[in-house]
Amino acid sequence: MAAIVEVTDLSKTYGDGFRALRGVDLRIAEGEILALLGPNGAGKTTLISALCGIVTPTGGQALVGGHDVVADYRAARCLVGLVPQEVMLDPFDRVIDALRFSRGLFGRGRDEALIARILRQLSLWDKRDARLRELSGGMRRRVLIAKALCHEPRVLFLDEPTAGVDVGLRRDMWEVVRGLRARGVTIILTTHYIEEAEAIADRIAIIDKGEILLVEETAELIRKMGRKTLRIALAAPLARLPAALAEDGLELIEEGRALLCHLPAQGAGDGLTRLVQALAQEGLALRDIETRQSRLEEIFVGLLREGAA
Amino acid sequence: MNLHAIAAIYVYEMRRFRRTIFESLLSPVISTTLYFVVFGAAIGERIEEVEGISYGAFIVPGLIMLSVMTQAISNASFGIYFPKFIGTIYELLSAPVSFFEIVLGHVGAAATKSLLIGGMILLTAGVFVDFEIRHPGMMLAFLVMTCISFALFGFIIGIWAENFQQLQLVPLLVITPLVFLGGAFYSVAMLPPAWQAVALFNPVVYLISGFRWSFFGVADVGVGWSLLAIALFLTLCLGVVWWIFRSGYRIRA
Repeated sequence: MAAIVEVTDLSKTYGDGFRALRGVDLRIAEGEILALLGPNGAGKTTLISALCGIVTPTGGQALVGGHDVVADYRAARCLVGLVPQEVMLDPFDRVIDALRFSRGLFGRGRDEALIARILRQLSLWDKRDARLRELSGGMRRRVLIAKALCHEPRVLFLDEPTAGVDVGLRRDMWEVVRGLRARGVTIILTTHYIEEAEAIADRIAIIDKGEILLVEETAELIRKMGRKTLRIALAAPLARLPAALAEDGLELIEEGRALLCHLPAQGAGDGLTRLVQALAQEGLALRDIETRQSRLEEIFVGLLREGAA
Repeated sequence: MNLHAIAAIYVYEMRRFRRTIFESLLSPVISTTLYFVVFGAAIGERIEEVEGISYGAFIVPGLIMLSVMTQAISNASFGIYFPKFIGTIYELLSAPVSFFEIVLGHVGAAATKSLLIGGMILLTAGVFVDFEIRHPGMMLAFLVMTCISFALFGFIIGIWAENFQQLQLVPLLVITPLVFLGGAFYSVAMLPPAWQAVALFNPVVYLISGFRWSFFGVADVGVGWSLLAIALFLTLCLGVVWWIFRSGYRIRA
């Protein structure tokens, strides 16, 4: 699919000399959900801010829908909606006025039907005339999302949308995200909840110290980088690990009562067959086998550790 | 040109004004009334006439200018400072709007508000004293230009200010003294010669003088100089605003 966001060698050095982005390259296909993962201060928010026009890049280029975000900012920004990390709203404004303001700001004429639909979708319709200071934290976050959707963006940036959000709202939020995706909206989100990225994202980009470490399809990433771990409980404890098994990389754990084995997730089947044969040859009686697939979180932590080394 | 955005900003700012319409319009009415009681009735009784005009009427243009300038500055500076303070400026920065459009919306709204307040004071003054406006067209022109240029000035202060104290600083320490020393309550001709020369360095003297001329046809300085002064101030503010937006000063990293 065609790329709707194309970032080439993008860099940002702040006034104090801090290099928040160091030559970022990223292509995001139209209609996909990309999760941007990285530790605090990795450059996630700066990258999003540069694409949305909040910070001016100091090098490289970023295109949204083929429009340069600096030179052709009007056309680029019309396509983009942003839900910021922090809840920033005028406390004295009414919900519906806040939405009308956002739509107007993005150059769109009044469309009360659309605004009503967005309010209903985010369960805000009953609160439309409430002042923002009267709303709960979760409700305010919904308003932020509603504001970002008012001008019908083709690309939506969600910066930590579920930080400090309760389970119900989080579920609603992902429902909205899926709904948007079904309508072809491209979504770029940052999150600390890796299981969330795993569940919802088509692709995952990992960023650290202003550099993209990798971009990979979620399933592929887990398949390529993940490992399968086997814990084999033995019927009778072993005093010593048989030499043949040690060669296969097995470890004796729990005072000889169990064996531990790591297999790459890719081609785990072959390894497993060989392992079972080897165990049978040794004449070991088994009590239980547990397998565990490493999660994205472990892959993520591993990658960052590698990067730091 | 993103006309919808200009309208959205303007409507948003005017809504803020409407929310506090009572306070916004009542306070200038009360303060004007107080000025008339103190300067017009109490002190004015003992001052016969200034340049052939009753003292009560003489102070009307200066009073309007005093309120219009401070209101234009405080409205515009707060209007842009508040989004910076609470963070909602992110939306303005990420929207397809040019800096010119942002200024047009903000300054337009602040100028409208101060114009309304100026009109309100004019009406209140009419209750206390008799006066006529000799050059209504010029009066309106002076008033509108003052509203716009001081709203621009307020916008600059709002961008520059990093806390609420700074926001109050310039109106309090610069504008109020300049207006009081700018001939709001007296004719510059009443000053000793040395101070007359000093007064000519006060830009507000030119504004009040020109504005008073449009009421009574008398002025401290030539009306041409007054027009030049306000045009100069307007150009200066426009230049600074243009520079702010080009450099992203205190707005965009």
